[in-house]
Amino acid sequence: MGAPKKNAARVSEDPEELARVPLQAILLADSFTTKFRPITLERPKVLLPLVNVPMINYTLAWLESAGVEEVFIFCCSHSKQVIDYLEKSEWLSQPNLTVSMIESHNSVSAGDALRLIYERNVIHGDFVLISGDTVSNMSLTQALQEHKERRKKDNNAVMTMVIKRSKPNPTIHQSRLGTDELFLAIDPSTNQLLYYEEKADRSKGTVHLDKSLLVDNPSITLHHDKQDCYIDICSPEVLSLFTDNFDYQHLRRHFVKGLLVDDIMGYKIFVHEIHSSYAARVDNFRSYDTVSKDIIHRWTYPLVPDVKFFGNSAIKLERQGMYRASEISQSRSAVIGPFTVIGFGTKIGDNTKVLNSVIGERCTIGSNVHIEGSYIWDNVTIEDGCKLRHAIVCDGVTMKPGAVAEPGVILSFKVAIGQDFIVPPYSQVSLLQQPVEEDSDEELEYADSATAITSTVDNSHVEIASKVSETQSVSELGMGGVGYVWENCEGHEEEWKHSVAPIPENKIFEAIKLMEEEDDLEKTDGDHILPRPEDLKDDLDDDEDDDNADSLYFEKEVEATFLRAVHENIQEDHVILEINSLRLSYNKEAADCAGAIFYSIVKYALDIPHSSADSLCKNVQGVFAKWKKVLTSYLTGMDEQIEVILKFEEMCLESAKEFAPLFTTILSYMYDQDIIQEDAFLSWEDEKREADESDKNFVKQAEKFIQWLKEASEEDEEDEE
Amino acid sequence: MPDVQSLVNDFLNQLKKRKIEGSQATAKQTAELLRSFISQHRVPYTNQAGALIDAVRTVGEQLIAANPVEVAVGNIVRRVLHIIREEDLSLATDAIAGMGLSAASDDEDDVERDDHPGLSAVAVAAAARSTLRPPSLQTLLEDVPDSAAIPQASSSGGDSEGKSRSVDKSSRGRKLKHDVIEAINELIQDIATCHEQIAEQAVEHIHQNEVILTLGSSRTVLEFLCAAKEKKRSFRVFVAEGAPRYQGHLLAKELVARGLQTTVITDSAVFAMISRVNMVIVGAHAVMANGGVIAPVGLNMVALAAQRHAVPFVVLAGSHKLCPLYPHNPEVLLNELRSPSELLDFGEFSDCMDYGSGSGSSLLHVINPTFDYVPPKLVSLFITDTGGHNSSYMYRLIADYYSADDLVVKGRHVTRC
Repeated sequence: MGAPKKNAARVSEDPEELARVPLQAILLADSFTTKFRPITLERPKVLLPLVNVPMINYTLAWLESAGVEEVFIFCCSHSKQVIDYLEKSEWLSQPNLTVSMIESHNSVSAGDALRLIYERNVIHGDFVLISGDTVSNMSLTQALQEHKERRKKDNNAVMTMVIKRSKPNPTIHQSRLGTDELFLAIDPSTNQLLYYEEKADRSKGTVHLDKSLLVDNPSITLHHDKQDCYIDICSPEVLSLFTDNFDYQHLRRHFVKGLLVDDIMGYKIFVHEIHSSYAARVDNFRSYDTVSKDIIHRWTYPLVPDVKFFGNSAIKLERQGMYRASEISQSRSAVIGPFTVIGFGTKIGDNTKVLNSVIGERCTIGSNVHIEGSYIWDNVTIEDGCKLRHAIVCDGVTMKPGAVAEPGVILSFKVAIGQDFIVPPYSQVSLLQQPVEEDSDEELEYADSATAITSTVDNSHVEIASKVSETQSVSELGMGGVGYVWENCEGHEEEWKHSVAPIPENKIFEAIKLMEEEDDLEKTDGDHILPRPEDLKDDLDDDEDDDNADSLYFEKEVEATFLRAVHENIQEDHVILEINSLRLSYNKEAADCAGAIFYSIVKYALDIPHSSADSLCKNVQGVFAKWKKVLTSYLTGMDEQIEVILKFEEMCLESAKEFAPLFTTILSYMYDQDIIQEDAFLSWEDEKREADESDKNFVKQAEKFIQWLKEASEEDEEDEE
Repeated sequence: MPDVQSLVNDFLNQLKKRKIEGSQATAKQTAELLRSFISQHRVPYTNQAGALIDAVRTVGEQLIAANPVEVAVGNIVRRVLHIIREEDLSLATDAIAGMGLSAASDDEDDVERDDHPGLSAVAVAAAARSTLRPPSLQTLLEDVPDSAAIPQASSSGGDSEGKSRSVDKSSRGRKLKHDVIEAINELIQDIATCHEQIAEQAVEHIHQNEVILTLGSSRTVLEFLCAAKEKKRSFRVFVAEGAPRYQGHLLAKELVARGLQTTVITDSAVFAMISRVNMVIVGAHAVMANGGVIAPVGLNMVALAAQRHAVPFVVLAGSHKLCPLYPHNPEVLLNELRSPSELLDFGEFSDCMDYGSGSGSSLLHVINPTFDYVPPKLVSLFITDTGGHNSSYMYRLIADYYSADDLVVKGRHVTRC
């Protein structure tokens, strides 16, 4: 491949160019995932047959019928196979469609692919971005028109995504295509996409929307039953956006979400919903099954087997959706059920039952075989008495007599299953050994690590593997079996979700149970739509916690300041100044300061070595004598004084229990020193009167003192009289 | 001839992708394609007609296979083949006449003529068949000489050249091609004007204050009704909407635009309304050789209802819709199943088609056939561009347009592809 032309100037912005540009499309012939392993180790996903026609043909046939004039096919993994295939096919000689290939060996994601295409400078106008595994029969006219009209009004409308309604399975939280539930928020008046989330928080069942969405948009519809068709109409800016944001890899996870979050550039994405037409992408084995069945049920008309949209294979639709190609030899006693496709030149033996399955070309199926819900590709030999349920069997596989494939089994190319061997459910068998290095980083198929090697070493590898396995795998796949059973890389818990086999009943049962439990939890939590009470409480607690932490900090600061003042003999005025500034920065009341200073003083007094309660009392008196002014400067009102008493009480209870017996002594000392007025004592007692018994401990202790105070005041009054 | 080949491929593509709708458009395009194909096809010096027939057959087979449901393609291919045979025959008879030999000779003469270098075996066979064939009913009734029933080109100045045995072979080849193309032009003209020709007969069938019922939409029916309206007939039309495509709605709109009193009813209300109806007039997709009709879905029900109440059931069909095959022929594909999305909203029913749960097969099946087969006994009258006919007469009418040799287009000369 040629070196990318980096210097090529972009010309698409020219207004005269916008006038008439042929409709272009970028077809990504690589999914950049490993979901179809082990099959994709040997053949690229876009060439895998979907109802006996390689997938890329569906996409190209749709592009052609939708009026696309120029397609750039981006090939990465197994690029040689894709290019060879296309060169042999009729697609390069279409009158209304120019197909050209762009090959790359080192792209690891859709982002890389688009950056490379940008460098090639081949896209000059709006283009359709699609991957080579999409099946659709929609008409692009309306979507394109809408896109262009939006572009005229607003240059920032860079992309139109096609969506289709499809209800997800409520129990296992995935769409019928086996993908995660999709949550979309759309502005119903403009169809602007505001929110896109594939993996909602399943455990909580909540979706988090940015509050600003509700502020900026008068109305929002939140959709849960939409399916992303992965058909995008893009403006040329999309390519440059990928180049600017070199870390964008995934089209949805990075690009779409990136644009939705980024409000600086103001790029907008819109959606176009299709109703009567069909569009879906084969993303995993489950969607392979679903899309195949949709094709057989003719939702994709005219892309159905009996209409020759591709090639020249004549298939006839018979009663009950049974599609049969020509030159089939079928035993009289064989039963072929409804919604079955049987390819050209296949032989079916006596008493064999084929239900809901697709069988490829030139297969040989023996007698008494039972095939249900399976996909059997070309040149497969299935000998007598085999049983297959919901399996995918690739080209050239041999199943020896009596072999059984349990649901979800994948038999990759040319594997042989030994006599009477039972392939356990969900196992994947390949001639190639499982690659050891797995990129833990997402599911990106890094071309240089896996695909490039396999595509080049492919053939030799297969031979070696088969030789090796013939000797080794007698035990692994039974007598005469060839191939390796792969360890499941997805983790055993999840494999049933994306497999071809229907979800086992016990899993659905489990899911329902789980959901009921969640429901119960929700019920105890209270109303689901409003914030739960506990959440609210949490919030309050948080506030309090914050306050508490703040106060604690403030007290510490004050204490530190005070200690420093003591040790460095700083003047009282300066200490007051410092505490004032602390008070301002922590936004505290005078009472808090008084409390804090009192605390510091008492704490300091406590820290001075003392032998008995008496000496402690002396210490306190000493410290107060020296620092009284600092404290009194804050004790301007009753509240502050009461605060000091309360603080002292608290200290006696908690941090400085040594003072508990001295409580009254020190209070009377402070009264003598005029630190605290008698009114403060009285109102403190008043306040405490209603408190719990336990809280009254110190009030009782100070009872005499207060009694004395009261009498003294009465005497005073009498004296005055 | 890469040019023609690309034209053929393009047309094949369009047929395959079901992009051409309606038998009239398909018929017209097929005829035009075959015309340009023949005009660019090089013919050898000997056995020109045979070579041309083989070539047309090869293309024809591809075209028919591309969309077997659209029988108009096959009809036109067969018509063209028939035209070639007839032209060749008329040239041959002219030549023979020039030699003083009688065209109405017996079998022994045929054997002799096989050795004639200037005449192809096909032409001889055709000549023999043509002479042995009884004259058509129409020609008998209208007392027209048999030769006139053969398309007009025979009279187009063949006399001057054909008199001499020493006709220049290349010029005769050009003559054949020229005549064939002339005749195909005539055919295209016929297809284009079939609506008017059928509509001309409208006043004879629609009377004052009648109630006409129709189902779905057909251009022929629309023109027919409007022609009657233009002739100052006042009548009312009931339009059954024609689910699931509801083309009846479009027809109703058109009729109202032209000033006709129109009532739209559901398909299922047809039986209830039929007692008030004087005549049912419908279009057809194709008319088979036995007089059976392949018509838009729902029409069999209408025909049965009409029979129950003895209401005349009239089918309008241009001559390009006459198919020489019988419905029991294995190569006739009577029906096409279209997308279920015309019936159901995919999104609404998507949970019924979740193959991920249960046994992996959907309990919901949707069948959306395009056509119905109406047996000949239910049809009271066919109105084609040549006039009104009974269903039992259709095979005769078809014999006028097609040669028996062409019924199966897959000839022995044709290479399979």
